[in-house]
Amino acid sequence: MIKQSLHKRESILSKAEKQLEYLSNGVFKNGDLPSFKQKISETSQFPMRAKKLEILQLNLGYMCNQLCEHCHVDAGPDRKEIMTRETMLQCLKVIEKTGAHTLDLTGGAPEMNPNFRWFVEEASKAGIKDFIVRSNLTIIRANKKYNDLPMFFKKHNVHVVSSMPHWTKGKTDKQRGDGVFDQSIKALQDLNAIGYGMPESDLRLDLVHNPSGAFLPSDQLSLENEFKKSLLADFNIHFHNLFAITNLPISRFLDYLIVSDNYEDYMYALVDAFNPAAVANVMCTNTLSVSWDGWMYDCDFNQMLELKVNSKAKHIKDFNEETLRDREIVISQHCYGCTAGAGSSCQGSFS
Amino acid sequence: MSKTYYNPDDLRKFSKITEWSEELGEKFFDYYGKVFEEGALTAREKSLIALAVSHVVKCPYCIDAYTKDGLQRGINKEEMMEAVHVGAAIESGATLVHGVQMMNKYEKLSM
Ligand code: SF4
Ligand code: SF4
Repeated sequence: MIKQSLHKRESILSKAEKQLEYLSNGVFKNGDLPSFKQKISETSQFPMRAKKLEILQLNLGYMCNQLCEHCHVDAGPDRKEIMTRETMLQCLKVIEKTGAHTLDLTGGAPEMNPNFRWFVEEASKAGIKDFIVRSNLTIIRANKKYNDLPMFFKKHNVHVVSSMPHWTKGKTDKQRGDGVFDQSIKALQDLNAIGYGMPESDLRLDLVHNPSGAFLPSDQLSLENEFKKSLLADFNIHFHNLFAITNLPISRFLDYLIVSDNYEDYMYALVDAFNPAAVANVMCTNTLSVSWDGWMYDCDFNQMLELKVNSKAKHIKDFNEETLRDREIVISQHCYGCTAGAGSSCQGSFS
Repeated sequence: MSKTYYNPDDLRKFSKITEWSEELGEKFFDYYGKVFEEGALTAREKSLIALAVSHVVKCPYCIDAYTKDGLQRGINKEEMMEAVHVGAAIESGATLVHGVQMMNKYEKLSM
């Protein structure tokens, strides 16, 4: 189990430009595998362009109570980057005027931002249709001050999306840390108790699954069935949908791939699974990702690689829906993670 | 440089066998793909059978491929190892059942 973020360890891979360099060298440089640009050009899909903005995703900070081995944010207790109230106010202005139907708060653990509750209260006034908070579940049990989060979510009709790598303890704790499974189960039971995730309930509770290792997720629907069957039988837990997400080769997952000597095989597997039909639906075509310090990116992954939007306005304070529309998406080889198989994004695979 | 008969990278080149015999190669891969589709057996069950057989035929390529396939399907290590034991049990059973032939022959030849 890792003890510190790459950032804290001052690992070379904590630098975005080093990750990008790595993703352009080796098998891609020597021509064994085509670059993502070459690959999508084969089907005349280059350049990819943003369509209408539908999802606004805000990263409230990289601080997290967990330190998952695969984390593409390189989040952890040792990260101090946190969105300030000033940046939140700039975001609120955008939330009020945007036509986006979904607001998606992520992190780290967004709940650890000291202004989290104030921000949720303000943002929920804007009447956004789908208000998502990505909650890692254990945060709810981590400290007394977070115990009432389920009630708080319910009050603001928040859609809870939580990660759960496996329906068994061993696999979950290996990826996310000792005790994570038991705490997650308790948190899910707390959420169920007030109506979240129950079969007929409007209080949405979805789970996100990432493979715990150097392999791709399998069919989303059959995984969902396995999760539902086991969580119900073993713990009487209900949830709505499962999103199966491919791990993208960036940040801590890239580090893991390299250290475990799985990098090349993994890139081959991603390129092999390339599905041209998935390109049109990747999340960057309708999403805007905003970092804790207000910069705008095509997606959360590009945020971690510090690839800012290709548009005149790059900061949320200069947000303009018109100039962002049709912008060319910034791509690199990590994008293969979004086009493998059925395709996947933070919203899970497209069905 | 050490020489070995097996090279893990060769698994990626499997589809190249079609280059030297297109019709047969394509027929094989069509058939192979079809076999592993969901059917009366689930794709998950088929993956476990494939893993067991991989061990019985002792093919390192198949073992790599179906261990990974199993992981992707959320098959856990206990299930995988039990599958391997099923293969091993049948294989040793197949050896031992020939013991009856030995016994028959022994009896027949003995006074
Ligand atoms: S809970 Fe999420 S943000 Fe936190 S370390 Fe794990 S993957 Fe990263
Ligand atoms: S990684 Fe980001 S930019 Fe690349 S395809 Fe996926 S969503 Fe789009």
